[in-house]
Amino acid sequence: MTCDEAEVLLHALLDRELDAGHAREVEDHVAGCPRCAALLRDYREIGRSVAGADLRYAAPPALRMRIEAALPKAQMPDRRAVLRGFAMGSAASALAATGLVAIVLRKDDETRIRSEIVSAHLRSLQAGHLTDVVSSDQHTVKPWFNGRVDVAPPVIDLAAQGFALVGGRLDYVDARTIGALVYRRRAHIINLFVAQAAGAERRSARIETTQGFNIRNWSDRGLNYWAVSDVAQDELTEFGERFEAAMRSGTAG
Amino acid sequence: MPVKASDDNPERARRFRDAALPYLDDVYTLARHLLRDPADAEDAVQECYLRAFRHFDGYRGPAMKPWLFAILRNVCRAEYARRASAPTTTIDDVPESAGQTPLWHDAEETPEAQMLRGRDQDAIRRLVASLAEPFRETFVLREIQNLSYREIADVTDVPIGTVMSRLARARAMLRSAWMAQQEPPE
Repeated sequence: MTCDEAEVLLHALLDRELDAGHAREVEDHVAGCPRCAALLRDYREIGRSVAGADLRYAAPPALRMRIEAALPKAQMPDRRAVLRGFAMGSAASALAATGLVAIVLRKDDETRIRSEIVSAHLRSLQAGHLTDVVSSDQHTVKPWFNGRVDVAPPVIDLAAQGFALVGGRLDYVDARTIGALVYRRRAHIINLFVAQAAGAERRSARIETTQGFNIRNWSDRGLNYWAVSDVAQDELTEFGERFEAAMRSGTAG
Repeated sequence: MPVKASDDNPERARRFRDAALPYLDDVYTLARHLLRDPADAEDAVQECYLRAFRHFDGYRGPAMKPWLFAILRNVCRAEYARRASAPTTTIDDVPESAGQTPLWHDAEETPEAQMLRGRDQDAIRRLVASLAEPFRETFVLREIQNLSYREIADVTDVPIGTVMSRLARARAMLRSAWMAQQEPPE
């Protein structure tokens, strides 16, 4: 085998594309040719450096959502057109302001909002994005929201129940600025997004999983809540139940 | 180009989602390396998925990932054409003789090899980005996407021999660029 042949084939050797017979021929040549041996070593090094350089990119969540939105929507077996009582979109809030409080949201919108909640949760986990106000004191966090957002979220201290209040943040979901409370459960962050609801009726909690995150959504006294985290479903349920119980007993800050 | 996928069959859409969306990061990664611009890459990937959905009925395999790559590549051609007049920073192909001149004869680990290992990620990204297009494409499909020579040949629509020579040239160019970085001209 000549060096010219070996120079091309040693790549195929590196890539495990050669059959046993040709692999043997290339190896024999390399064994007797310092120059090709050096090349092979260099290419191995380059391959290792490239593999270690992490040249992969994660698709932005917005791109995933645009592609999802362009595909026909899967029909849910349950076709109830329900008055959901969301007032998230600008049109919805305009209607709410005029007293037409019931807005129909299709399941598509709920799915989209859940995706946005997860995206907001992921954004918050990036360095420096978690909190705008840092305090474990509900009486500090609550007033911080006043004037910054349409509805200041109720802030509840759940430290005794194992959910430490970390602070609060303004976030942006469904084209509106809403408040987010940040809790910590061991090493896990729980974001609780709170937005004004169109109606005052209570809607009991549902837990769903979106992109690997658990979301617990409920409505009470004119507010919609989304608790999102990577904690297990039963822990997120416990968080939501503690929060709702504290609301009922009037311990909100 | 239509913005909406036209077919309204939800079951078909569900099958497509399940089959194609798991490769979104792979397709986006390839688009980033082919187009070298995040916004252009996003547009190309979106168009790729819409085209793939339109042709999903005709899809018979063998594997979803290379099929999506081939579609993405066609989408990117339009972008190349748009850029054809724009100046590029691509390094030219190295002369044929460059890889054949012995640069060292030492069979022990060379200082160059030690230096290669110490390269930081940004330098490697820049070097890959600086490869001329057909070589960069083949290199990325092999080193980052782990496609076989046969799959790369199918995606890029060339014979396997061309895949092999492009890969050899790509690695030779990377190696030369590494050498050049190590000994910058005075």
